[in-house]
Amino acid sequence: MKITFPHMGNTYIAAKAFFEGLGMDVVIPKPCNKSTLEIGTKCSPESACLPLKVNLGNYLDCIERGADTVILSGSCGPCRFGYYGIVQKEILKDMGYDIDFIIIDPLQDSLKRFLQPIKKLFTGHSLAKIYKVGRAAFQVVKEIDELEYMTFKIRPREKRKYETDTVYADFKREVLKVTGPYEILDVIRKYKQKLLSIDIHRGLNPLKIGIVGEIYTIIEPYVNLNVEQKLGNMGVEVDRSLSISRWIDDNVTRRFFRPGHRENEVERAAKPYIPLCVGGHGRECVGHTLLYSRKGYDGIIQILPFGCMPEIVAESVLPTIRKDTGIPIMTLVVDELTGETGYNTRLEAFVDMILRKKERSKSKCTVDI
Amino acid sequence: MYSGYLGVDVGSVSINLIVMDDDNQVIEKLYLRTEGKPILMLKHGLNLLHKRLPAGFKILSVGVTGSGRNLASLMLGADVVKNEITAHGVAAITFVPDVKTVLEIGGQDSKIIIIRDGVIVDFAMNTVCAAGTGSFLDRQASRLNVPIEEFGIKALKSTTPVRIAGRCAVFAESDMIHKQQLGYNEEDIINGLCEALVRNFINNLGKGKEIIEPIVFQGGVAANVGIKRAFEKLLEKEIYIPKNFDVMGAIGVAILAKEHYEKTGHTSFKGFDVADINYKTKSFECGGCENICEVVQFIADDKVVARWGDRCGKWSNMSKDGVEAKEGEKKAMA
Repeated sequence: MKITFPHMGNTYIAAKAFFEGLGMDVVIPKPCNKSTLEIGTKCSPESACLPLKVNLGNYLDCIERGADTVILSGSCGPCRFGYYGIVQKEILKDMGYDIDFIIIDPLQDSLKRFLQPIKKLFTGHSLAKIYKVGRAAFQVVKEIDELEYMTFKIRPREKRKYETDTVYADFKREVLKVTGPYEILDVIRKYKQKLLSIDIHRGLNPLKIGIVGEIYTIIEPYVNLNVEQKLGNMGVEVDRSLSISRWIDDNVTRRFFRPGHRENEVERAAKPYIPLCVGGHGRECVGHTLLYSRKGYDGIIQILPFGCMPEIVAESVLPTIRKDTGIPIMTLVVDELTGETGYNTRLEAFVDMILRKKERSKSKCTVDI
Repeated sequence: MYSGYLGVDVGSVSINLIVMDDDNQVIEKLYLRTEGKPILMLKHGLNLLHKRLPAGFKILSVGVTGSGRNLASLMLGADVVKNEITAHGVAAITFVPDVKTVLEIGGQDSKIIIIRDGVIVDFAMNTVCAAGTGSFLDRQASRLNVPIEEFGIKALKSTTPVRIAGRCAVFAESDMIHKQQLGYNEEDIINGLCEALVRNFINNLGKGKEIIEPIVFQGGVAANVGIKRAFEKLLEKEIYIPKNFDVMGAIGVAILAKEHYEKTGHTSFKGFDVADINYKTKSFECGGCENICEVVQFIADDKVVARWGDRCGKWSNMSKDGVEAKEGEKKAMA
């Protein structure tokens, strides 16, 4: 069994840690690039959402290098993602590839149904070992998110431009050279130190923008055209509302270990606008927008793939939130476009608008005083 | 009047150059078609402008905007490089101080800008689709064999409303052909197209926005009286079109350039002679990692002035040594 999985931000590092820790054979897809998109688009239905196409691009790259099993998380929310595994398997079958799909659904009502599909994966490994490696891999997920979120804070404050980008690129190269969760953790920690030693403007108080929207598009940098990096290099501190570690916390830990604890802070915040699950992360998008505005963020950017139903529901609620809270919100729709000019213009215009507004209210204040 | 400010808007369809005096009055204005050759057309425009201006005219500072602003900035040595939203907003505020809404339709982009108390508070731009833009009209005009300049006048002659689907340019086209086949007259169909575009604009960009008067309509498409009337009909509000509606972006950055000059008294403008420099761009795929970025090198007389397009910053950050990356170096950097 040779395992592969689709890309989604830095998830591949944690997956690599886990499967290598168990001594399994893993094929890591190449970072998403033009050819991933091209291959994926060619074999997908035209009207399918963008993540499905990029995923297929990832699989085909790995199948060429011998992968025969795809691991994918499932979803029980009413969103097309819930059918990805099944549809992708069929598409690959039509293309002549007999690929095994192991779909890990979030734990819902029955433990048996949760464990059934993954049993195959773990045959021959002791529970104790799975637990031990699983914990280490979860630590990797957490620390890698920490490292990425550090870049969000350091990038707008760095004294030498692009230093953060350079360190981060070096990290990505080096982490692929080591094996297993413990070696990976060492690399992550080493690069956290390197990031901390970047010379920064300490007193600086940059604009703060929160990124909300569909989980895959906001986490996978190729698909969102590196929005965090772009904003960071414009001098904006960003925060991304969803990350893999938060997702695991919500969908595995919370359901598995604290089943009684259902509603969280985000869902509570969203309640006056969207009181129930509308699929995907529609409700979370609204909840996070409100939380960011309460925390004093200067603006919100929502990103979604073209045609994403849950995010369209959220998008239609956002103008009301803008009216109620006064926080500027911009929605960006991504599709197969790779021309970045229009995208950059919108980001620049949004940042510029917030800056000018701030300047104006500052000068007004001094007049009032 | 021997000095002024230069504003340049390098858009996808047109390149606009304006020179403005201290009182924000336009002294010279040029509207050229980009024709997919921004560098060449900008040089051509600079030459033309230089000839038109009185001898010894001094440019105090320069602002650039439009999707080709970075290219233009490198060529001219611009003092201000601004996105189109800010540029259009600033121009509208200057000429209509109490403006509340700006509608702008250009070749590939359309925008709505919401202004309150002289500050941009919200905006929207068309997303993945070009149905609500000038190119939609261009396409349909050529299909009907009507010159785009006469499009609006014909629409005004319409007597019977004909509804045409406007959600998507492809739907609009087939709907239009069907209506032609049924024998509707040309004026009514053209008017139907104008209304379809306006409906699309308001539905997509105006979603959830308060469109309050005074409303200023600018951008190349504002020349089309049919569109103006369609906006007035749909919004039931008056639409104001400024005198220099087609070059408002360039005027906006010229105003920002003026502010820059008043603050600093300095310009990095390279002079009109830049029109004689041989500019070119060369791109290559970086093989440094699996991202395979398309890196663009901007070359002025065989010297690399800037590089961009890389994700990790190693090319854009590289010391501007003026040397073009050779094939071997690209590999060595990897």
